[in-house]
Amino acid sequence: MYQIGVSQPYNNNLFAPGHTACAGCGQSLAARLVLNALGPNVIVANATGCLEVFSSNFPQSSWEVPWIHSLFENTPAVASGIEAALKALGREDEAIVVAQGGDGGFADIGFGALSGAIERGHNILFIVYDNEAYMNTGVQRSGLTPFDASTTTSPAGGCSFGNPTDKKPVAQIVAAHGAPYVAVTSVGYYRDLERKVQKAAGIKGPKFLQIHVPCPLGWGHDTSLTIKIARLAVQTGLYPLFEMENGEITSVVKITPKPRPVEDYLKPQARFRHLFKPGAEEELKKIQAIADENIRRYKLYEG
Amino acid sequence: MDQVRKTVVLEGSRGVAEAVRLCRPNVIAAYPITPQTHIVENLSQMVADGLLKAENIRVESEHSAASAVLGASAAGARAYTATTSQGFLLMLEVLYNMAGLRLPVVLTAVNRGISAPLTIHNDIQDSLAARDTGFVQLYAEDNQEALDMHIQAFKIAEDHRVLLPVLIGMDGFILTHSFEPVSLPTQEEVDEFLPPYKPVFYLTPKAPLTMGTKTDPEFYTEARYMLHKAQQNARQVIVEVAQEFKEKFGRFSGDLIDTYLTEDAEIIFVSMGSLVSNLRAIAQELRQEGKKVGVLKIRAFRPFPFEEIVRAISGAKIVIVMEKDISLGATGVLAQEIRAAFYGKANVPRLSGFVVGLGGRDVTRETVLKGLRLAQESDHLCTFLDLNPELLEEV
Repeated sequence: MYQIGVSQPYNNNLFAPGHTACAGCGQSLAARLVLNALGPNVIVANATGCLEVFSSNFPQSSWEVPWIHSLFENTPAVASGIEAALKALGREDEAIVVAQGGDGGFADIGFGALSGAIERGHNILFIVYDNEAYMNTGVQRSGLTPFDASTTTSPAGGCSFGNPTDKKPVAQIVAAHGAPYVAVTSVGYYRDLERKVQKAAGIKGPKFLQIHVPCPLGWGHDTSLTIKIARLAVQTGLYPLFEMENGEITSVVKITPKPRPVEDYLKPQARFRHLFKPGAEEELKKIQAIADENIRRYKLYEG
Repeated sequence: MDQVRKTVVLEGSRGVAEAVRLCRPNVIAAYPITPQTHIVENLSQMVADGLLKAENIRVESEHSAASAVLGASAAGARAYTATTSQGFLLMLEVLYNMAGLRLPVVLTAVNRGISAPLTIHNDIQDSLAARDTGFVQLYAEDNQEALDMHIQAFKIAEDHRVLLPVLIGMDGFILTHSFEPVSLPTQEEVDEFLPPYKPVFYLTPKAPLTMGTKTDPEFYTEARYMLHKAQQNARQVIVEVAQEFKEKFGRFSGDLIDTYLTEDAEIIFVSMGSLVSNLRAIAQELRQEGKKVGVLKIRAFRPFPFEEIVRAISGAKIVIVMEKDISLGATGVLAQEIRAAFYGKANVPRLSGFVVGLGGRDVTRETVLKGLRLAQESDHLCTFLDLNPELLEEV
């Protein structure tokens, strides 16, 4: 009765519509852009999380490419096995192996597996969709939740401004493993995203992409603002987009015409609402300092 | 080495490695843990020497070892891993998932006690934690059986009526580190017995499919039922494979169970793993004294051979379960299952359950004879033998 068969890609998209992502979901858009940039000759291993849940509700699937979901924290290891199998079976040229998941799945619970898979040098494209918290379980803080963001487990309150720590620098940590290609991009910069995906696909060995994907539900912004918010993160200097090749930064997305104040990015998001009440002025200064340091360090703007 | 079948004296771990090599796995992934190490060291050397053409993934944890063989199997490869104790427990989440995805991986579960307190020595508390994973679970009595069982395991796992991962319980140190003469099959013989793996589904862009979906309540139960049914199918397949193995290699060490002198036995010992060998020797000795004693070996713990057990031992007056595990707060695991097998049956023998040999403590002839004496006096639900009272002071 329920046959999973091969269907014709809808509108040439390898990630079919009809899934159950929220309106304005940055991750579903990014996943589609990634797949369309890669083409059909891929095998995708996907971590547990929003993307997996909203795209693979039996007997439906949005995936027009071979796709496997195993568990939350083991996706890089599953992909290692797939890559090794293709090698052993002489099917190496058949597909690009992709391991993808959210910031929780890759930067927190699956970080050991990610580190191991990169250190072993597998020919895999690792993609972390960074929506900056555990969105699938209801917006809990992750290691990639930004400073002062209010989440359900790092709520702002009478004696808290939200998450007390800065984002874990995952891309830099991966680059330090010796990965030949590491890049940070954003769903708000889809040409940049496509270019980096395709560049990564052409490099042998472990390559890593971190994609900033706004989550209207978790961040508390209007569903029509996803792309705008994503672009503001870059234009304020809070989310630098860069490439690292063999450990060296080889390109950055410059801020033009000039950096926007961090308030422009923070204000439309409910997760930062508490920073616009009296008494939080110092916090806004701290966040501006993070942006300023990014701009200096990555040479995002030379005015 | 492979042209002529020969008998060689090998360490148990080496024997397993040779068996695995003969099965031509495409991918091996393992993480080192005592006393599993010699198996994967041997396999690594075989790969390094070109004797085994396989990808050898040196993962960063047992969780990843299980996950890597899961991924390899999903991509259509024959895959193998081995672990023990804490490593086995770390794998546990993946083992459930692997069975649910119907991936026929073979895993050597070297048996070792679990922490706390820390022990590196043998009992079977570790792999019994996988009781409900969906894995087919076989236990080896000696090194020849361990070797043979691995060759059978791939065939059972990959049978399209089964398509389940198989684990082989093998007592740590007692088997893995002891040298015994074993008959090594030739590559040609194994190739004839075990054809290349033909997956029903696998990950390829040539025929995209979605594996590991999320389900809602209208589908989940059916998926679990089909998993249960595959376990039921495995009963027949284990028997068939054991028969086919016997015809091909001339050896038979049981299928779901094995019996020794049980036909007319009044007292029957029941156990799993290497302990069965000790019990055989003791039964033989007691027979010479004119006592009608036999032994039942549980070879397949999952699927559990309820009917076969009842048929084999319901003629006895007393059944004595000797096991190196304890379901804390209940009884020995095997004793529970044997009791369940007899519920509602006629001619139920008396039954005693004894916990022995935890954390590598020797199970001696005296231990077994003490159990026999106690069981003859009265029935024991769950009694630890050989406890040292001096160590049992309450805090």
